[in-house]
Amino acid sequence: MTPDAPPSDVAPPAAAPAAERVLVLEAGRAERHYWRDLWTYRELFAILAWRDLAVRYKQTVIGVAWAVVRPFLTMVIFTVLFGRLAKMPSDGDAPYPVMVFAGMLPWFLFSTILSEASNSLVSNANLIGKVYFPRLIVPAASIVVALVDAAVTFVLLLLLMLWFGFLPDWRIAFLPAFVLLAVLASLGPALLMTAMNVKYRDFRYIIPFVLQFGLYVSPVGFSSAAVPEQWRLLYSLNPVVGVIDGFRWCLLGGQAQLYMPGFLASLGVVAAFLWAGIAYFRRTERSFADLL
Amino acid sequence: MAADVVIRAEGLGKKYVIGHQAERERYVALRDVLARNARALARSARDILAGRPMVAGDEIEEFWALRDIDFEIRRGEVVGVVGRNGAGKSTLLKVLSRITEPSEGRVEIHGRVASLLEVGTGFHPELTGRENIFLNGAILGMGAAEIRRKFDEIVAFAEVEKFLDTPVKRYSSGMYVRLAFAVAAHLEPEILIVDEVLAVGDAEFQKKCLGKMGEVAGHGRTVLFVSHNMGAVRSLCQTGLLLGGGRVQHRGAVRDTLARYAEAASLDPAFRAEPSEGAAASIVEAEAVYFADSPEDGARIDLRLKVRARTAVSAAVEAKISDPVGAPTAYGSVGVIHSRDMVAFTPGEHVLEMSFDASALAPGAYSFTLELNKPFEASIDRRENCLRLVIDRPPAHGQTRQFHQSWGCGSVLLPVIRFERTA
Repeated sequence: MTPDAPPSDVAPPAAAPAAERVLVLEAGRAERHYWRDLWTYRELFAILAWRDLAVRYKQTVIGVAWAVVRPFLTMVIFTVLFGRLAKMPSDGDAPYPVMVFAGMLPWFLFSTILSEASNSLVSNANLIGKVYFPRLIVPAASIVVALVDAAVTFVLLLLLMLWFGFLPDWRIAFLPAFVLLAVLASLGPALLMTAMNVKYRDFRYIIPFVLQFGLYVSPVGFSSAAVPEQWRLLYSLNPVVGVIDGFRWCLLGGQAQLYMPGFLASLGVVAAFLWAGIAYFRRTERSFADLL
Repeated sequence: MAADVVIRAEGLGKKYVIGHQAERERYVALRDVLARNARALARSARDILAGRPMVAGDEIEEFWALRDIDFEIRRGEVVGVVGRNGAGKSTLLKVLSRITEPSEGRVEIHGRVASLLEVGTGFHPELTGRENIFLNGAILGMGAAEIRRKFDEIVAFAEVEKFLDTPVKRYSSGMYVRLAFAVAAHLEPEILIVDEVLAVGDAEFQKKCLGKMGEVAGHGRTVLFVSHNMGAVRSLCQTGLLLGGGRVQHRGAVRDTLARYAEAASLDPAFRAEPSEGAAASIVEAEAVYFADSPEDGARIDLRLKVRARTAVSAAVEAKISDPVGAPTAYGSVGVIHSRDMVAFTPGEHVLEMSFDASALAPGAYSFTLELNKPFEASIDRRENCLRLVIDRPPAHGQTRQFHQSWGCGSVLLPVIRFERTA
């Protein structure tokens, strides 16, 4: 018989088998293995993402139709509004509808992530209160749904390009990188909103407003080249601007130029939001179960 | 041995902060906050930035759901956690399963924990039974491969083979619960934390679940089991943890814990209520008093009832006495065994007094169910477990030990009237 080892804050009791994980729960203890923990829960992430998808597309007609009708009608309206009535210039020779659609793709990705993620914790409140897992999984899983929606929209864009006989060139190879950028750009604000929404439920009223506002502030219906040169850098502080410009650069075959200073500014803002979002989310996630 | 301790809690406490400007809603809305005064807003802003939960209200009160909790649980131990509502049981389980973090103290846990605080967590009504098995399994911490391996077993246990591809919203509630529990029952963590989940389902299925849990416990797994079903706690658990007011009140062998719990819960030997609706006669007051000056003089329970009759009715009076785990222990009646003793009530109030010889009852806690009825025909008024009474008496002269209910051998000591060595 060995006497009880004195409790120690640093080392696990020496007698514990080496392979066994020792978990210490303490007030305010920073999670040391946060990211590794997240990785071990990847299956749950996959399952939750799959659940969201399955539920969304259970009534298949409506699910797919929604991803098709919404961007299509928006494209038509913007083309008429900005292209025909306001006679805004397109990017180079790109047909106006194609230019609009190439900007709408990342915009809808952004707005879907923002709105789905920010409600995800509240609508999964029963899970949060009953089971432990890194809470980041829930808003992250809603990204997958948004990506699938975006893929449907992308197919629509390809059809549109075929219709206009306007095909993308080698630059389309960079599209995945910009999709990633779009996801990161959405994730930062989304995490902030998600965490805030848990505490102050009226944030859910703010989000549709922000999105509606953002649709017109961001260069979705028009090209960001239409913005006067002296304002362009300031304009690029909107993180979505960099993302949309990137998408157009990829998809419009060199008809849209990347405005580098602005793009870098957008990247900086994206990074700042991402950092703030993750930091805030991590700081508050431990109390989610008490608040929901 | 220190090596065998899988859960160690030291000075564990969980504090909730409650605001005192009684809110109607469960959550705090920024709109409400903005409407309040500037000082409160400044405080909120500070809290938002610091990531602290914000509390609405002018006065803030701290409420400790758990305080100074110390205990150790060894590998393979099956611990029954008992206590009244609000004693902190659920909070303790939530802290141990990492759902909420402690406010002070620390817990050390060795091994993989799975917690089952609810049956069917995360079940989605639109998804089929098959899909929900995977979903629920993943939520409870099973890997996809593990679920696939146990899939057939789970389905067989739940007896839902025919409905696997039906959305669970079309399931009967019994099927739903069976499927949900079947998934949970196939968890194989090193430490299993189970909250009051057996309260659902029919008796047959409950028995099956208890069997399955007993099997789990038998495989050297550590189990923490919260239940109000004292019978289940007694049969499954070896040790007990009694919580009261957020503190540990007893930790030890399960029967001692249950006895302590029963005693702590039996503070109220009097009962008072409004007449039952629609009853011809109703018990509106009851009181039980135990008398035992010395064991040699025997012991008696005096029972006093006030009955309010609405119409003229004649009835038998029954007292059904059960022990803290709910097992029927003793029975006393007026008018059941001899019909001529039935009590004729006229409209109005009547007070009945009766005494029972209680010398056969072992020390311990008892609860009384009182009933007015027409024997084996109809119940007139029934008051379930309305009185609790603790029987305690000094040991008789010359006794080495006193037979006690907490021995777990029932509540009646048979007096030995003849004993001789015949060979």
